[in-house]
Amino acid sequence: MDIVVLVKQVPDTESLVQIADDGVSIKTQDIKWIMNPYDELAVEEALQIKEAQGGTVTILSCGPEKAIEAIRTALAMGADQGIHICDPVAEGSDPLATAKLLAAALKDLACDLVIAGHRAVDEDNYQVAAAVAEFMGIPQISMVNKVEVSEGKITCHRTVEGGTVVMETALPALFTTQRGLNEPRYASLPGIMKAKKKPVDVKTVADLGVDAGSVGAANRKVRIKALNLPPERQAVRMIEAEAAADKAAELLKILHEEIKVI
Amino acid sequence: MAQGVFAITEQRDGELRKVSFEAVSEGRRVADGLGTELTAVVLGSGIDGLAEELKKYGPDKILVGDDPALADYTTDAYTNVLADFIQSSDPAVIITGASAQGKDLAGRLAARLDAGVAMDCVEVKLDNGDLTYTRPMFGGKIVANVEIEGSPQIVAIRPNVMSITENPKECSIEKPTVQVGDVKIKVIEMKMETADKVELTEADIIVSGGRGTGGDYAAIEALADALGAAVGASRSAVDEGWRPHSDQVGQTGKTVSPTLYVACGISGAIQHLAGMSTSKNIVAINKDEEAPIFSKADLGIVGDLFELVPAITAEVKKLKG
Repeated sequence: MDIVVLVKQVPDTESLVQIADDGVSIKTQDIKWIMNPYDELAVEEALQIKEAQGGTVTILSCGPEKAIEAIRTALAMGADQGIHICDPVAEGSDPLATAKLLAAALKDLACDLVIAGHRAVDEDNYQVAAAVAEFMGIPQISMVNKVEVSEGKITCHRTVEGGTVVMETALPALFTTQRGLNEPRYASLPGIMKAKKKPVDVKTVADLGVDAGSVGAANRKVRIKALNLPPERQAVRMIEAEAAADKAAELLKILHEEIKVI
Repeated sequence: MAQGVFAITEQRDGELRKVSFEAVSEGRRVADGLGTELTAVVLGSGIDGLAEELKKYGPDKILVGDDPALADYTTDAYTNVLADFIQSSDPAVIITGASAQGKDLAGRLAARLDAGVAMDCVEVKLDNGDLTYTRPMFGGKIVANVEIEGSPQIVAIRPNVMSITENPKECSIEKPTVQVGDVKIKVIEMKMETADKVELTEADIIVSGGRGTGGDYAAIEALADALGAAVGASRSAVDEGWRPHSDQVGQTGKTVSPTLYVACGISGAIQHLAGMSTSKNIVAINKDEEAPIFSKADLGIVGDLFELVPAITAEVKKLKG
């Protein structure tokens, strides 16, 4: 089973995100960068499938030079090799253009199964994996919290509002991960040492045969006009009473009579 | 030139989901703003009655795709049929819910149609015929205003945010023959939780518990029951194994926008605040008066949740009789 995992480097979810002076991007200097948490689940699942059934795990990422750190992290967890689409021309690509680049890289790879996070926790677009599947002409199942791979097919538990839907499809296919799928392993020290020697192939937009006029910040279909901080709330109103029962009564009075939500 | 607005609705087991009415109502507002027609689209199997229900929200036309292969949502069948509908009508704007279905569908449809997507929008603004979409990013730490080049523009609206407006008018219903095409995905089984459990992303009221519960959710569940609310949890509570992953609110869980969010024993880590800050009213209950959650709350009570939550439950019961 040859598996390709799509990985993105994103700001740590514990980071405070601040808007840059241009008003349309974020300040990147003080941010700690991590592998997208949903992609960690994807790497872990790929490794578990490989450990059970044999095969290879390839990490594919599109991003600036430092995105190599996320690829190395996945290699340290146990993946075999990496492909890094790294080209100034591709920087600032929107989800559709990113998917085009990833799909172009996938065309040249032996691949039975693609696994990706269901979204990246930076722009929260929920789009790249689905578009990659469309460009490859393979089926997708998203937000999966349980999967079985056997005899040329996958059976996935897809999370939906109020439950899960069990779905099945033939390989090759793509699925995206949801929390609950597994507990990603930490990279071990020997793993980290080994990862340094594992091959990472760097590709440019031209290498992939993708038209430079269809990718990058200048060719976004979705343009960010402005970034804002969420509106500040008014200062909290503290309910000051002695006994719990009095506090509860006061709260209910406000919720019922003033705000009218109960 | 592309014109008209499509609102893609969704049904499960032959019942329209609430986000469908939000999509059609928002579609009506956008179509009126653009001076164009609104088409509501519904796919399913044996769904004749659903078009009647959608009429209330004011579409000019309803397209019904009725086929046994469309009974349950699958990416491939739904994308094939919707792409056909869209290509023959050439709408300028397509509105869908940013639900499990819409999030799965939008990316696929966008790639098929070479269209831009504004995902999880909380507001659609129209200025001189140009649409701007407001959407949270970084789990709600930042709010972006985006525009989409070309057409169609695909807009997935966050459930529970857009208002539902009844606005019945004359409306034609069309039932074109559908080609579901090559369907590679098979639905084996739907495993739904009990019908009375309220889904977090669709709940009007959420009562959420964090580390302060110590894993004891009895009081929180009792309050949620009394309010008809959903139960949520912080990441640390989920990591402790106290609640299932599906209950997690935050940047790596669900983003919620209820009318009332009651945070009990949640200190307010940045990634949790990101996921609930668009709630209309926030009540925080915490032992620690310095807890960051109070900076995002409208109403705060300092105290022991095991005393306060049951007292609030008692008051709710008194009020509701």
